[in-house]
Amino acid sequence: MALLEIRNLTRRFGTLEAVKDVSLFIEAGEFFTLLGPSGCGKTTILRMIAGFDAPDAGEILLDGVSLAGVPPERRPLHTVFQSYALFPHMTVAGNIAFPLEMAGKSALEIRRRVGETLALVHLEDKAASFPHELSGGQKQRVALARGLVNQPRLLLLDEPLGALDAKLRVEMQIELIALQREVGITFIFVTHSQQEALALSHRIAVMRDGRVEQCDEPDQLYTQPANRFVADFIGKINLIEVEVRSSSKVLLGLHATGLGEIAATDARPIAVGERGVFALRPELIRVFGHRESADLKNRFEGVVRELLYLGDVTLYKVELANGALIEALMPNAAPGRAKFHEVGDAVAVCWRHDAGVYLRN
Amino acid sequence: MNRPPPSPRPKGGGDYGSPPKGGSGLLAGAALGRPGGGAGRFWLWAASLATYAFLYIPLAVVVLFSFNDSLLNAEWVGFTTRWYVKLLHDDDMLRAAANSLLIALVSSSVSTVLGAMAGLAMHRYRPRWLPFLVLTPVAMPEILLGVSLLLFFRQVLDLSLGLFSILVAHITFSIGFVAVIVRARLAGMDESIFEAARDLGATPWATFRRITLPLIMPALMAGFLMAFTLSIDDFVITFFVAGVGVNTLPLQIYSMIKVAVTPEVNAISTLLMALTLTLILAASRFAPDVLKARQ
Repeated sequence: MALLEIRNLTRRFGTLEAVKDVSLFIEAGEFFTLLGPSGCGKTTILRMIAGFDAPDAGEILLDGVSLAGVPPERRPLHTVFQSYALFPHMTVAGNIAFPLEMAGKSALEIRRRVGETLALVHLEDKAASFPHELSGGQKQRVALARGLVNQPRLLLLDEPLGALDAKLRVEMQIELIALQREVGITFIFVTHSQQEALALSHRIAVMRDGRVEQCDEPDQLYTQPANRFVADFIGKINLIEVEVRSSSKVLLGLHATGLGEIAATDARPIAVGERGVFALRPELIRVFGHRESADLKNRFEGVVRELLYLGDVTLYKVELANGALIEALMPNAAPGRAKFHEVGDAVAVCWRHDAGVYLRN
Repeated sequence: MNRPPPSPRPKGGGDYGSPPKGGSGLLAGAALGRPGGGAGRFWLWAASLATYAFLYIPLAVVVLFSFNDSLLNAEWVGFTTRWYVKLLHDDDMLRAAANSLLIALVSSSVSTVLGAMAGLAMHRYRPRWLPFLVLTPVAMPEILLGVSLLLFFRQVLDLSLGLFSILVAHITFSIGFVAVIVRARLAGMDESIFEAARDLGATPWATFRRITLPLIMPALMAGFLMAFTLSIDDFVITFFVAGVGVNTLPLQIYSMIKVAVTPEVNAISTLLMALTLTLILAASRFAPDVLKARQ
């Protein structure tokens, strides 16, 4: 049985349907992420799990028991808020002790557990500090410690890294993964950053307009997006409008207007004549000089219009015969080589026939 | 195409020429910090000084003459504290002072509790009608409040006037001030800390006791001190609802100056002034917007 089950959850605010018929399973020990642009309903779901908001339809079950009507203080789960929500009039130790005091633990146990948890987040020397004396990253750790100290079944994290600067965010991501592994508590993490979601999660539910578009493991989401939205939202991708010309077993023949035939693979039965989009990651495209021969099925001539040198890689924007721009990412792996082509060079972009994904409209 | 040159600003800084209004008392000084040219700045200072002189010279005169060794407020004779000693042996005055202190203490305590509840409710539930109900007694002319309370006590409740009616009246006009201060304090706070408390296992009551109450404590202190000063120097409303037999300090002073402004009146006024000023300064330390709330 799943630790948390969300069944046909719906929440309306006036005429706006913030959450539409969402169903999810979250397993014990999982690092689960709700990912989506702002306003997609992910925070609303989190607030309903925490008990700050009630669904209009559907239910939330913890260990198979409905949480309907259970007030927030009686749910065995804690939340880490985006603003940290530390109590400004209490010390770090006071903040962390709070959930234990509310649970009626003995003074002795509180002292021991606060000490252990402070050590867990490396803040032993800040026990007597007040929140306003801490840096953003330290506040973040206190909020995490406070959420974890009473060993909840579930920890909800609402964009907890959003207020940190880029470098600190990466450090905290690494710490979060280690922490989750160490304490073994199930995390439900809300973020709008696809990079954060990919880096942290065991599974991700991608949301848009109150619906779950796809729920899968990070690499599956990245390599096998279910639709155009997911493909576009997760990472960089080239989208080429195509029509299906032939379909036999796993081989798919696609036609792009002004470009020609694209060979692809797809295990699903697909009707000839169907229209859709061919999605291709930039790092799966190779860029050759137009005279170089490449033993790849998909080869299209073009001209380099822009290039972005990123150090380890270079992003080439190549204009194809039909005027479309295609982005290709090439590693600068050869020693002493920064880039292989210049703006204005005639080139050929190539990719393996199993490199991209055909997405139905 | 030629653009017309920007017109040069007049050197005098005419924008700032109008003197600050006298009504804002302590706050008028805020205008002084603005930049302005030579002549404009001179007039600004002159107008401000004139305003402050107008406001504070009469008060200074009262303080000065309370130490004057003469029965007449006419000329300075010499320094004395005998008027203060005389106050201490004036039974009517002492009784009025005791009444005033009792009323101020009780009414400010009660209105702090009720005002805090109103402020919390205004903040949390944002009902459209509540601010109107709570703040109307603050904005209403005192004489109107006095007359209507008198009618209410006598005609509707058939209550005999005295300490109790004064108490109720003072509570009525103090609640709004406390509510405004408490709401201002809450408005500056991160809403999610109250949710966080619930989330971490605190019942609504525990959340109030452990989180909300400590956080609004400065506002409660400020509100209490405000209510105290409002009560102790209120004249108009008290005048209507006091009835006969019970006097407060302001009423006592009024009845004395009907005969003549004696140095004793100066002395008690000076004491009252000192007390009020101390309380307001204390209150503004707890909540900086107190001075605004008092208008």
